Amino acid sequence: MTAPPAIGVDGLAKSFGPLPVLDGLSLHVDRGEFVSILGPSGCGKSTLFSILTGIESADAGALLLDGRPLAATDRPFAWMPQRDVLFPWRTVEQNVALGAEIAGGLGRGAARERARELLAGFGLDAFRAMRPYQLSGGMRQRVALARTVAQGRDILLLDEPFGALDALTRTELQLWLERIWERERWTVLLITHDVREAVLLSDRVYVMAPRPQGIALERGIPLPRPRTLDSLRAAEAAELEHELLVALHAGRTA
Amino acid sequence: MRATTTDHLRAPGRLIPPLALLVLLGAVWELYARSGALGRDVLPPLSRVITAGWDDRASLWQNTLPTVGEVLIGFAVSLAFAFAVSVVLDASGLARRSLMPVLIGSQTVPLVVLAPLVVIWFGFGFTPKIILVALVTFFPIVVGLVDGYASSERDAITLMRTMGASWPSIFLHVRLPSALPGFFTGLRIAITYAVVAAIFAEYAGAESGLGVYIQGASNSFRTDLVLAAVLVSAILTLALYAATFLVQRLVIPWYAESRRIGA
Repeated sequence: MTAPPAIGVDGLAKSFGPLPVLDGLSLHVDRGEFVSILGPSGCGKSTLFSILTGIESADAGALLLDGRPLAATDRPFAWMPQRDVLFPWRTVEQNVALGAEIAGGLGRGAARERARELLAGFGLDAFRAMRPYQLSGGMRQRVALARTVAQGRDILLLDEPFGALDALTRTELQLWLERIWERERWTVLLITHDVREAVLLSDRVYVMAPRPQGIALERGIPLPRPRTLDSLRAAEAAELEHELLVALHAGRTA
Repeated sequence: MRATTTDHLRAPGRLIPPLALLVLLGAVWELYARSGALGRDVLPPLSRVITAGWDDRASLWQNTLPTVGEVLIGFAVSLAFAFAVSVVLDASGLARRSLMPVLIGSQTVPLVVLAPLVVIWFGFGFTPKIILVALVTFFPIVVGLVDGYASSERDAITLMRTMGASWPSIFLHVRLPSALPGFFTGLRIAITYAVVAAIFAEYAGAESGLGVYIQGASNSFRTDLVLAAVLVSAILTLALYAATFLVQRLVIPWYAESRRIGA
């Protein structure tokens, strides 16, 4: 047997009052794997992240970390919200350092060092002293990703990180993330409703069914890496995109 | 990355409309008073108010200083209490629900009633003035802070919680900075009440101060000196009001910049 997955989610259920949001959701992410969850809005994708990060508690089901149950004190997840939530009273560097300071438990000086390192690695060196409102939306998301990584957690939870960007910037950031991920090989769970994004970035994709079911389809993305826009030209990529789109639209009336 | 024009470069241009309006109002006053419609001792022209005030500047100055002192110290006391109370209100929903109605209710007690009471309780010295200024300015500052805390972005709080941040840490890093713009709004409302409150307290009993000066001038039917003192208190309030913008620019420079860029 191979090593147990980094995250195992088994039979997760959650209702808000009478409204069931998740019902028997199971999935897993291996260490160093990039996994996407594709789903329509309101299918409970964000609820899954809330449960993983401990903001909400599940009604039923198990969360496994490297094969053992997640303890209450475990905080293996770094969450990146859709809106960047960068603080205007902090510079770019200070925003990134906050992740290292609060979540990573580093002292102020060490956190700043870590922030500088990350910003340099992300090609954001020139923006260090700027304030978030001086940056474009795409730049802000890059900084937000740096802050997420700065937390020093095992697993990144990216919650539609490029969802609010224009199409051109979105593609640019997807390619940028792909390049950085090739280098860093983080364990990533990405929520998106962009099929192309899922194909371009993921090793594996889950398609979620409309509320309140679990997973409608699980599909590996065997496209070779590193991936570029050319990867999408392959017949296989088009095939995959189509398959995922069909699964995404199945079960939707209209 | 975008270039930002700084406020102070545009400031002189911005001062022209309010100054023009003030000159206009002054001219209307002057002409109306000179027409003699009300009698020159009932409504002296602005020019006489200014010259009378200037002639009596030693006494006017001597009475302005205590008022300024009362306002500044009362305001400082108010700030300290308002901040402490706002933290309690933010930390505890129970405190918010039980304390807010009391605070709101306290605002319905008129200043005219409060001023003599405070003097009866605390005597004729400095203390009752400080208490009155603090009481009057406390509420807008607390409301500004509490509303400001509540304006914190939900996602920002959630993000901090997923990072494992404690409540004090969330307060310090998110809630307090988020509250500062609202705090300065409350501060500006409060500071316009502060001078009036000090004058009221002096009216109720004091040895010196603009309130005492106005009372004395009024008792000897010197309307020109009464109005001169009113001008001084108006200038004082304007100066304090302007000072809040200065402090705001120093404390939260990001606020004006981020709003100008529209991010």
